[in-house]
Amino acid sequence: MKWRLINPEEEFHQYRWRTEVAMVFVGLMLLGLFGRFVWLQVLQYDRYHALAESNRISLVPAPPSRGALYDRTGMVLAQNYSAYTLEITPSRAGKPDDVIERLSQVISITASDRKRFRKLLSESKNFESIPLRNQLTEEEAARFTVNRYLFPGVEIKARLFRQYPFGANFSHVVGYLGRVGQRDLQRLEEKGVSANYKGTDHIGKLGIEASYESWLHGRTGIERVETDSSGRAVRVLSRTSPVSGYNLWLHLDAKLQQVAQQAFGEYRGALVALDPRNGGVLALVSQPGFDPNLFVDGIDTDTWNELNGSEDRPLINRALRGIYPPGSTIKPFMALGALELGVRQAGDTISDPGFFALPGSRHRYRDWKKEGHGSVDLKKSITVSCDTYYYGLARDMGIERMAGFLGQFGFGQRSGVDLDGELAGLMPTPAWKAKRYRKPWWPGETVIAGIGQGYVLTSPMQLAVATMALANQGLVYKPQLIRSWQDPVSGKIIQAQPQVVRRLDFKAAHLQLVRDAMVDVMRPGGTASGAGGGGGLRHRRQNRHGAGQGHQTRRALCGKSGECPTSRPCPVHRLCPGGQPQDRVGRDGGKRWAWRLNGGTDCPSGHGLLVAGQIAGCACTRRGFRSGG
Amino acid sequence: MSRFFGRLFAHLDGPLVGLLCLLLLLSMATVYSASGAGVAKMTAHFLNIGVALGALLVMSHIPPQRLMQFAFPAYVLGVLLLLGVAVGGVVVNGSRRWLDLGVTRIQPSELMRLAAPMMLAWYFHSRQATLHLRDFFVAALLLLLPVGLIARQPDLGTSLLISASGFYVLYLAGLPWRIIMGGVVALAGVVPFAWHYLLHDYQRQRVMTLIDPSSDPLGAGYHIIQATIAVGSGGWSGKGWMAGTQTHLDFLPERSTDFIFAVYSEEFGLLGNLLLLSLYAAIILRGLWLASSAPSLFGRLLAGAIVLTFFTYAFVNMGMVSGILPVVGVPLPLISYGGTSMLTVMLGFGILMSLATHKKLVKT
Repeated sequence: MKWRLINPEEEFHQYRWRTEVAMVFVGLMLLGLFGRFVWLQVLQYDRYHALAESNRISLVPAPPSRGALYDRTGMVLAQNYSAYTLEITPSRAGKPDDVIERLSQVISITASDRKRFRKLLSESKNFESIPLRNQLTEEEAARFTVNRYLFPGVEIKARLFRQYPFGANFSHVVGYLGRVGQRDLQRLEEKGVSANYKGTDHIGKLGIEASYESWLHGRTGIERVETDSSGRAVRVLSRTSPVSGYNLWLHLDAKLQQVAQQAFGEYRGALVALDPRNGGVLALVSQPGFDPNLFVDGIDTDTWNELNGSEDRPLINRALRGIYPPGSTIKPFMALGALELGVRQAGDTISDPGFFALPGSRHRYRDWKKEGHGSVDLKKSITVSCDTYYYGLARDMGIERMAGFLGQFGFGQRSGVDLDGELAGLMPTPAWKAKRYRKPWWPGETVIAGIGQGYVLTSPMQLAVATMALANQGLVYKPQLIRSWQDPVSGKIIQAQPQVVRRLDFKAAHLQLVRDAMVDVMRPGGTASGAGGGGGLRHRRQNRHGAGQGHQTRRALCGKSGECPTSRPCPVHRLCPGGQPQDRVGRDGGKRWAWRLNGGTDCPSGHGLLVAGQIAGCACTRRGFRSGG
Repeated sequence: MSRFFGRLFAHLDGPLVGLLCLLLLLSMATVYSASGAGVAKMTAHFLNIGVALGALLVMSHIPPQRLMQFAFPAYVLGVLLLLGVAVGGVVVNGSRRWLDLGVTRIQPSELMRLAAPMMLAWYFHSRQATLHLRDFFVAALLLLLPVGLIARQPDLGTSLLISASGFYVLYLAGLPWRIIMGGVVALAGVVPFAWHYLLHDYQRQRVMTLIDPSSDPLGAGYHIIQATIAVGSGGWSGKGWMAGTQTHLDFLPERSTDFIFAVYSEEFGLLGNLLLLSLYAAIILRGLWLASSAPSLFGRLLAGAIVLTFFTYAFVNMGMVSGILPVVGVPLPLISYGGTSMLTVMLGFGILMSLATHKKLVKT
């Protein structure tokens, strides 16, 4: 291009033209913008409207108040109390260690608080708030509130906590609450109730707290809350109130439970007391226990390891999961079987030389009394707990008939009590052994099964249920902890109905004979003569090692089970029998246990009481459970 | 008395002032809502508007010849200040934009918004009789000097907007179409290169975020997502004045300044947007009409550039808030809260009116 003179006219013309092009350009661009607005505000309106609403409205769960647990007299076994907790939301608070360090200058934070926090932190998701300190005092809460602006993501919350006033007395029955874990979540998901657990961070882990979880928990309410961008609630738009869980009244008797537990002293073992009129569980002891309150705040690792690693296995509910050879407690049932099946008549006597031998074998199955009991009939065999009598009886009945008859009482089956985790135990048969061990059944195994040794395994709960059959003329109720419950909405109290499991048909005379014999156990000459008068009682102490014939029981145990006369009210200490080890130390064990039971409480049912208890590990080791570490 | 007012307002263009005042009314309503009925903010906003209207009035009285005399010194001063910033500026949020004068801090790039197009308009005016292609080249260099300095701060948004206003002068002065087209093609070629070597990380991220805001919903994408939600949820007629949930529950960032359009859009809806777009279109049309009626080339070029720059600001801001342009720190002209932007825009319109209304007094 060369120099050229520009005509103002032409130049102005060009300017106008360029302005017009610019106007068109501007118009097109504005039109484009308008198109974008139409797209966003009309075509995509629903989507953005929903997004704005979900920005604005958050659904805040309102967790329900958990139902309380009471014993039959109205004593509180588990309740809620409200307390302040200090909680940290890691995603908003920054590095937890720094925050805790700074917080510790405002309120005291112990080493175990930190440990527990770290454990919870490792188990949780980042956006959950995790408790650091529980049960802040008013003063601590006030001190933190003043400094709150220094700690974003740290909050004080009022929460409901579970408390067990009786502590270790009811550890296994009542159970405890723990924080909802991954596995709990999965289970809730499968049941389709996970939504009901929003905002709830504790769930029943054991005992009644676990088995009645769905009754106790209640229904979670929902608040629709308008929140600003930082999540602060501005106002509540609508609210569905939570519905509290059921309050439960149990058959348990707190005093009986305490007395029974004290009776164990330092021994390990378990005891079940049933009300024969309805199967109500009056006491259920598994010793040693633990303090369920430890779990509520989140148990710290050291305490947990101590409980879990202890040789005494305090976390195991021996009443349901402790399956032991029943020992001599099986004899009354064997005796009844002998009469019912016609294997023995009441008057048949044997001469007891102190041992039994199978024909053609030189092996001697020894009686617990070395010199023997002399001439023994059926009644005496129970009263003095004559082993020789039952060795022979077992051989004559045969294992198949034994298993069939004893099975009717629930041996080797779950009782169906309303607690989780019950074990079935075992009533052995040749078919079972062939399948389990691929070996034939030896005659000697039948012989020792006759005194409740060998493969036979029962839990204390099973013994109690079986004894109920004797006490009730063959009527067996399902053992039940729950007595009544209260619907929180109507306030109505609903009684739990006793559930009949089976009716066994025995000849009245046969039953009476066996029961009379059991009463005689506690009379002079009986093996529990010291245990107090009046109550019928059957007992048997340990067999140190299952003698001879292949199978060795490592576990020595003592067991007693008994029955209270169904006619009159009676103080517990007079009728609760126990399994004092009648070991080498002395034969007055029965007395000692009876003395320990002398806690002075009234028989809770007013009528009758069935007890089955076992002490494990007593005769051989005599080890107090505390020494086990 | 009335003669005094008559002379005072002699150089104002009635229709344009009316349109601007309508826009300012919308601004007051929106800032009021965005600030949550904040008294302090509204007081400051009124003050800003008052000062800006005063500046408009004053500028309308300054004859074009005087403006032409200012053009070169203002440009030189601006460049010197920018150099000063580059050497000893104050760093705020990672970019060096401010110059600390002891008494107050100034942002020289603001001055350049007007000084650059003025300089170019003056240059073309002085060369008008013998315009050569080389002059466009020189003008482009004059433009690139401050633009480059501002881009280095870094302040990509402002540098792009100043290049735009400079480009409008070149365009209106008759920059050949083939060069414009060539430029567009060249730009397309340069973009990948610039992406890798010239842009800062945060600038790249802004663009990436625009393409996919959900890639970073709590970080850089948050502004865009929340603003788009605000606009979209406004629907046809909006949620009503003072009733925008995104606004009043604190979901919108920068809601009285850069993102005020989201507030307006949420509360007044598509109909409100139509009104706003119409007002902007009317102002631009009237402005371009006035510009073309300016008697001198300087006046026409500067006035046209001012109007088109005004359009650019509005477009870029609305585009950014509605999610079709990357986030650049540009306020919505005459609506956003903020004294500087208000003043710059009104100064521009004052100059525009001066240029358009002084024709009878100018010898050509």
